[in-house]
Amino acid sequence: MTAIGTTTAAGAPRLPGWVRYEVTAFAVVTALGLIGYLVFPFDLALLTRIIAVTFLVLSLDLVTGYAGVVTLGQAAIFGVAAYAVGNACLAGITDPVMLLGVGIIAGALMGLVSGVLISRFSALPQLVISIAFGQLVAALANKLAQFTGGSDGLAGFAPSAVLGVFEFDIFGRTSFGFSLVVLAVVLALLLRFVQSPFGLMCRGIRDDALRARMIGTAVYPRLIVMYGVSGAVAGVGGALSAINVGVVSLHSVSFEMSAEALVMLVVGGAGHLLGAVFGSILFQIFGHFVGSTNPFHWMTIVGGTLILITLFAPKGLYSAFASAMAKFRKSRVSQ
Amino acid sequence: MSALLQLDDVSMSFGGLKVTQEVSFTLQTGDRVGLIGPNGAGKTTLVNLVTGNLNPSSGRILLQGEDVTHTGISHRVRHGLVRTFQITRLFQTLSVADNVALALLQRKGLAMGFLSSATQRPEIRDEWTRILQVTGLESRAYDPVSVLAYGEQRLVEIAMALALKPKVLLLDEPAAGIPHEETHRVLDAIAALPADIAVLMIEHDIDLVFRFASRVLVLANGKLICDGTPDTVAANDEVRSAYLGSYANDRRSA
Repeated sequence: MTAIGTTTAAGAPRLPGWVRYEVTAFAVVTALGLIGYLVFPFDLALLTRIIAVTFLVLSLDLVTGYAGVVTLGQAAIFGVAAYAVGNACLAGITDPVMLLGVGIIAGALMGLVSGVLISRFSALPQLVISIAFGQLVAALANKLAQFTGGSDGLAGFAPSAVLGVFEFDIFGRTSFGFSLVVLAVVLALLLRFVQSPFGLMCRGIRDDALRARMIGTAVYPRLIVMYGVSGAVAGVGGALSAINVGVVSLHSVSFEMSAEALVMLVVGGAGHLLGAVFGSILFQIFGHFVGSTNPFHWMTIVGGTLILITLFAPKGLYSAFASAMAKFRKSRVSQ
Repeated sequence: MSALLQLDDVSMSFGGLKVTQEVSFTLQTGDRVGLIGPNGAGKTTLVNLVTGNLNPSSGRILLQGEDVTHTGISHRVRHGLVRTFQITRLFQTLSVADNVALALLQRKGLAMGFLSSATQRPEIRDEWTRILQVTGLESRAYDPVSVLAYGEQRLVEIAMALALKPKVLLLDEPAAGIPHEETHRVLDAIAALPADIAVLMIEHDIDLVFRFASRVLVLANGKLICDGTPDTVAANDEVRSAYLGSYANDRRSA
């Protein structure tokens, strides 16, 4: 199937409905959040963490799913934004919205830097450069302990109330509500973004970079810009992580974090923003509950499940779900 | 007035192998030129040199008087040089309309919009609708390119070329791989190309070239061995021995 926001095989333009995607996504994310709140009222910290990581997976989807750049260094952007927010908070910027802005700027700048390096290459060299970039940032984070706290992590900062009203509470309600609203808004914006001329061009580059050049597109600068946007999204996640947890650890910039994000994206469905969201939610909830119910074999169970998903839904769960829905609609029409 | 496209002694070597040897020709406004040659003559290499996919070892290439010999592909496209591919190269996961819309957005300088709709802006939508009508693809507008038959994919290539409003259009074997009964759709689309652009068609099908072109270039072993009208080319002994064989004899005796 085509990605959200394109013209479709259904024979009708999506213009009347294309705004509905943003509204629907906003409503779906809000509804999922509320369901999560009702079902797991004592696990709001988990849900909040899931949301923060979802931004990392969304950012990865922008460069990998939409622009075809394969990377295993995306957590470097997420982590640096988190460190930037932690340091900004320690320096006296405690307003969460301002801190979100710090995270976005730090993430965008890191995205641009990594885009300059990583999107210069293609295929395996690209993957290797992304790993090297991530490892370099992780090593620096470990070394620059005055900014990162080194292996102890950066701690001791406390954001003020959201909009001066909603104090962060020990149950994590404010953290969860704040993160959920930010996710719904950013997802709606991203859904519009991937339908834009720039988003469509990036998908064209993903399909065939030479073809894109042959219609006059300067491919490399566009990939760098896409990396900047992707970095801003990862920066939102890093900022939320720092604001909500109050600690930034080395795990935030680690290779494991980048690899997990890629797995979540593949599980959900690369090239679909909702696939990234679903992949992130499903993987983390599944991992959490399997880990808590069977701490000895949970990795085996998660690994086996991933293999099964990849075998039976190689394009991700979102694509499998969308195909099943399309078949269902077709069968109803033909009846 | 300068030629739309001018090649001056363009040469290209891969190691010790000279695949293009001092090729010179010009294309003027409205030209319909065929480029023929046996397999391995260097036709596609020559096209790749003109478009910037390859850099020549020596010589220069002028586009509307500007020396573009060492400029990139996208620069040449923005200055009016457009090509189609021997084996179609399209944005396979996007719809036909999206493919054409991307070319339009790029040409109109609208490809950096971040929040507007890509394909449904009125000025874009009207133009891709018109182009798809001209190329007979309007009923496939919303189909992903990957589900189209090969002949239709060739038409999408031509539609994208039209969207870029080229000054010089290079058609690399536009009829290759298409079932005979569908060839007419591609030929109709080629016949409907704007009269004021220069078209260079690279093609194995001699009948097609001789019907299309008012001038034919013949390449053999990387050298341009003949540049003239179809009749001149058919009568040229060097061409006959290099490439045309019985076809030229048939044409002369007809």
